[in-house]
Amino acid sequence: MRKSKTSVYKRILAVFCALACVFVVSACGRSSEEGKIRIGIKFDQPGVGFKKSGTYVGFDVDVARYVARQLGYSEDRIIWKEAPSKQREAMLQNDDVDMIFASYSINDSRRKAVDFAGPYFVAGQDLMVRKGDRSITGPNDLDGKRLCSVTGSTSAQTIKERYSSKVQLMEQPGYAECATALFSGIVDAVTTDDIILAGLASNARGKLELVGKPFTQEYYGVGIKKGNTKLVTRVDAALRDMIKDGSWSRDINENTRGVRYTPNPKYNPPVPNQGKTSGKEE
Amino acid sequence: MNSDTQQTSLLFDAPGPKGRRKIFFINIVGALVIAGLIVMMLMRLHNPPGGDNQLDWELWRPALDGEAWTDFYLPGLWMTIKASIVAVVGSVVFGLVFGIGRLLPNVFLKAVSGVIVEFCRAVPVLMMMIFFWRFFAFAGIESASYWAVVLGLILYNGSVVAELVRSGVGNLPGGQREASVALGLTQTQSLMTIEVPQAIYAMLPAAVTQLVVVLKDTALGSIIMYTDLLQESRRLGSMYFNILQTLVVAAVVYFVVCWLLSRLAEWLPERMQKRTAAFAEPDPVAPIAILDPSNVNQMAVAKEVGEKRYGGAARRYHVRHRGSNATIRGWRLDRYRQGYDVSQPDSQVEPQQFEIIRFELPDFIKPKVDANRNRDDGGDGEDVKGR
Amino acid sequence: MSEFLQLMGEYDVLGAFLVNIELTAWSALFSLLLGVLLLMMRISPVSSLRGLSRVYVEFFKNMPLTIIMVFMVLGAFAQLKLTFSDTFAKNFFWLAVTGLSLYTAAFVCESLRSGINTVPLGQAEASRALGLSFMQSASQIILPQAFRGSVAPLGNTFIALLKNSTVAAAASVATETSSLMSTMIEYHANSILLIFAIFAFGYVILIIPIGILTTMLSNKLAVRR
Repeated sequence: MRKSKTSVYKRILAVFCALACVFVVSACGRSSEEGKIRIGIKFDQPGVGFKKSGTYVGFDVDVARYVARQLGYSEDRIIWKEAPSKQREAMLQNDDVDMIFASYSINDSRRKAVDFAGPYFVAGQDLMVRKGDRSITGPNDLDGKRLCSVTGSTSAQTIKERYSSKVQLMEQPGYAECATALFSGIVDAVTTDDIILAGLASNARGKLELVGKPFTQEYYGVGIKKGNTKLVTRVDAALRDMIKDGSWSRDINENTRGVRYTPNPKYNPPVPNQGKTSGKEE
Repeated sequence: MNSDTQQTSLLFDAPGPKGRRKIFFINIVGALVIAGLIVMMLMRLHNPPGGDNQLDWELWRPALDGEAWTDFYLPGLWMTIKASIVAVVGSVVFGLVFGIGRLLPNVFLKAVSGVIVEFCRAVPVLMMMIFFWRFFAFAGIESASYWAVVLGLILYNGSVVAELVRSGVGNLPGGQREASVALGLTQTQSLMTIEVPQAIYAMLPAAVTQLVVVLKDTALGSIIMYTDLLQESRRLGSMYFNILQTLVVAAVVYFVVCWLLSRLAEWLPERMQKRTAAFAEPDPVAPIAILDPSNVNQMAVAKEVGEKRYGGAARRYHVRHRGSNATIRGWRLDRYRQGYDVSQPDSQVEPQQFEIIRFELPDFIKPKVDANRNRDDGGDGEDVKGR
Repeated sequence: MSEFLQLMGEYDVLGAFLVNIELTAWSALFSLLLGVLLLMMRISPVSSLRGLSRVYVEFFKNMPLTIIMVFMVLGAFAQLKLTFSDTFAKNFFWLAVTGLSLYTAAFVCESLRSGINTVPLGQAEASRALGLSFMQSASQIILPQAFRGSVAPLGNTFIALLKNSTVAAAASVATETSSLMSTMIEYHANSILLIFAIFAFGYVILIIPIGILTTMLSNKLAVRR
């Protein structure tokens, strides 16, 4: 009995040790971060920030690459990290990343937690519909229609409260689910920032289109850790160069290929001014 | 599996020619109905009232090609498995600590462990995950969603394992404890050296079943943005608008992994039964109710009755009727309630044959045991002599 | 305390719990019916029905509920056009009930089957000796005893169902507790502990009576042999 008892505990201990070793090793196998720059992007938004074939594509990614190059970091010295919407402030505060390019709208409450460079783009909330659907021309046409947005986003609430109170809402975990629902006809429109919709629509084999009348302004900025003003000014300079030398509009066109989309000309291209311009507080 | 078919067939007579024809007919109709349903579904998918043909190879190809596997499914599966393994290891530790804590004689430790375990069993895993996710994100912990998934799973499944430990100990025959106390061990010693090790073997199959639960529950992580298999397949689907197809692939992967684990859980009890005096067969559903019973003992009693169908009387009393929630104390009362009164010699008629057979069978072991003892004794003697 | 009252006043916490309870109650009913049907199929003399029931149970036992819920919306609703109501909220509620029922039925079937294992073989043999047909012996002799023997696992299954009803969030049911908790945490990040405590204790309070009832019934109904 005594013998079997020790063996049980010993075996359990051995299994744990083995497992612990595996995971400690895997945790320590991280490449060194010296001489590199860590940039937070979205991994799951086609056209804005998306992980594909081991590389990253999208407008935010292209801007980040350009800025990094201007700061003296070549492509192979960038460490890309995923920055989910709800973790962006925390990631900057904890020094997990140096900069965040992740459809990050500048607003006052965020400005309390982090610094912004930019804005580098002014997006606006828009609607995406099935190609040829003429019944929806703006947010006021949605009464009795079905609208999809992402769980926890305020864009659908905005429409319900300000424009069409009788709209039916469906919440899905991601925009791709919304787009699939739009495809199959169970919803009539999808709403969020126009650049995100344009990125989705450009992958939709020409079956979806944007209404093209953005009705809010979201100033996308570069999130930077609070107090790092030197980096803010350098990023601003890089963004100004990017807009001036034409790479800015080229990147937008490339990432929204196949969709009739032009960023709202009233606000775009914006003037990077250390995140001082911002949209209305939601 | 074997007993299953045996028992099933006992519910009806072997069908005669007429019955066989009837069964054949029903089989054909059933097959036709199912085939019809599948065809209808496929037709609907092929030509839906709105939207794409979902069976189009153009949609399936990007969901199945090599890039999809190397960039999305396999990394996602690895994340799923990583979280599951860490969670299972953690929950076994949690379960052992608090399961034993609930069995200790110390009232305070027992109460604390009891409250913790019952609390963790009652709160939905998704709620814990959401809470930990937001909490860790505010606290600034890196990969908050990963730790939220792991911790949520540890707390819930750990509490289930704690109950398994406890029911494993509870289902041991009382003799184990009596013998160890008779040998002069204290309650705690008996618990740690005799009872819990056997309970661990008894709970292993159930723990593997729990591994399936853990693996399935990691899919909840996708709700809190953990990049597991489900989340990765969603991402792949958002590239080519074939999310339905990628989800089907993910579902198949989940099913295959879980199914293999379930097979392992079914195969384990036989092996584990050799190492424990408790029942190694898990309940179909893990004990989760507060103050819950389990029906392991009922099944065991029924099996005892079943075992003796070739003659011989049924047992006068059965192994103590204990739920997973039974305490070790109070066993005399239990026995009394079951008609075995310790204070009344009349009721203490032992079920003769089985006990005798059980203890007389290992004749071929006896010499070995004796030899061991002789050698031990002799060894001591020699030692003394030698010095 | 004032924080607590403010939160309770601002959000309809009780209403959210009610949604979960409704989800649970309907799913419990349907899954019990489907579970009994599956069990009858599983023990029937017709081999195709036995196989079908076995496949069904294996499938749902090894499939994450989250995926089933997602498929209810993107597959059953979006593609197969399974529609319960024109109102979205109602429609998603019933889709979630369908998903939960399909999933739980597999576990109900397994629980009942473990109850059948507690019925001694002599009972089945005796009923056959009396000349009862399969349906007669199953419904008159075996199932009533099996139910009594499977109160405990059934209770556990339904408690799991209550907890699983939070996964309805994946089927776009936005009014249930886990969604509400996310929203509340979003807007009252400072009271995160209090918010979690409210919901956690809500579930503890809901589950304790079910647990006690299960224990009581299972001890009362257990067939002592």
